[in-house]
Amino acid sequence: MSEDANIIEKPSRDDIVSLVKAEFGGKVEFIESTKKNIKAINEGRRLFMKADREVLHDLAKYLHDKLNFEQASSVAGVDWVDHMQVVYHLTNYCTSMVVEITVDIPNDDLHIASVSDIWEGANWHERETYELFGIVFDGHPKLERLLTPKSYEFFPFRKSYKLRGQE
Amino acid sequence: MDMSLYPHAVAMSADEFMSWSSAMINEMLSAGTKRTVDKLTGPVWAWAMRNSMHPLHFGLACCAIEMAAASDTRYDAERVGMIYRSSPRQTDILLINGWISKKLRPDIRRLYEQIPAPKWVVAMGECAISGGPWYDSYNIVQGLDQIVPVDVYIPGCPIKPDAMIDGFMLLQKKIDAYFRRGVFMTD
Ligand code: SF4
Repeated sequence: MSEDANIIEKPSRDDIVSLVKAEFGGKVEFIESTKKNIKAINEGRRLFMKADREVLHDLAKYLHDKLNFEQASSVAGVDWVDHMQVVYHLTNYCTSMVVEITVDIPNDDLHIASVSDIWEGANWHERETYELFGIVFDGHPKLERLLTPKSYEFFPFRKSYKLRGQE
Repeated sequence: MDMSLYPHAVAMSADEFMSWSSAMINEMLSAGTKRTVDKLTGPVWAWAMRNSMHPLHFGLACCAIEMAAASDTRYDAERVGMIYRSSPRQTDILLINGWISKKLRPDIRRLYEQIPAPKWVVAMGECAISGGPWYDSYNIVQGLDQIVPVDVYIPGCPIKPDAMIDGFMLLQKKIDAYFRRGVFMTD
């Protein structure tokens, strides 16, 4: 690992909660999971938070630089019809801790800061979220469609998108 | 061909050779030589080509696993002459096994064009036949025959290795009939 003394290599669940609360205050909200009988949740290896759009990039950088979350396992979108959501799963290799961050964004302004400058691996996740939901990641080095042809002008995972067989 | 009969053919420019050889082929056509040669060589071509089917080694999706299973020791597809080649220039069969995303269309068409004629196309699995589980999808081509002409369809999801070998034995019959018809010197 890094020799930087500021890094906490194996932050415990309580460490993360208190440090993030001290750094970001009310902008980040912690959510208790209602799911039972899931081993990872019972052992405290999952942490759910909801962040404001403005602090997302700072929060991601903080988790990466200070709390040793070295991998962005996934970046995905959710269409809740009245708003959209971006979901990040970040992993710490040393403690197997996974942090889930959800960020709400309004339908009329689908912009969010890209985290691909922090984790290179988020690059394609963000491109895929862009092509499926039309969410624009500001600061992304190459925000183009990934698996669908460039000529597509629709975003197939939105609830408003209908296939031929549907009403 | 015995070039001593045509001593002037040895040092020709390309244009001279083209006009000389088409004149010679026309002469053979009108004299009925072509038909005789075709009749004599057709069975040889048919035997050689149907027993050396070279599909393109191009695994697309889950059916490619069955393609691999078909060439293992249990099924041993090589005994019917299937040897996979990795370059389309060295193959005569385009074997598509799996779903075709819309972004892949131009590449499949290009692979088809790169295979030297005569060539055959096999659509293996429901995805390649009609889109299969991805019916009405936003990103999957609804059947290989929308892009290239298909000779043999092998249904199943996934197909079994023995079904695949059965399909290739059907294709053998097709190749056999094609060459028996007499195609020597057609090109
Ligand atoms: S037909 Fe079935 S097994 Fe074959 S590629 Fe399609 S989904 Fe996979």
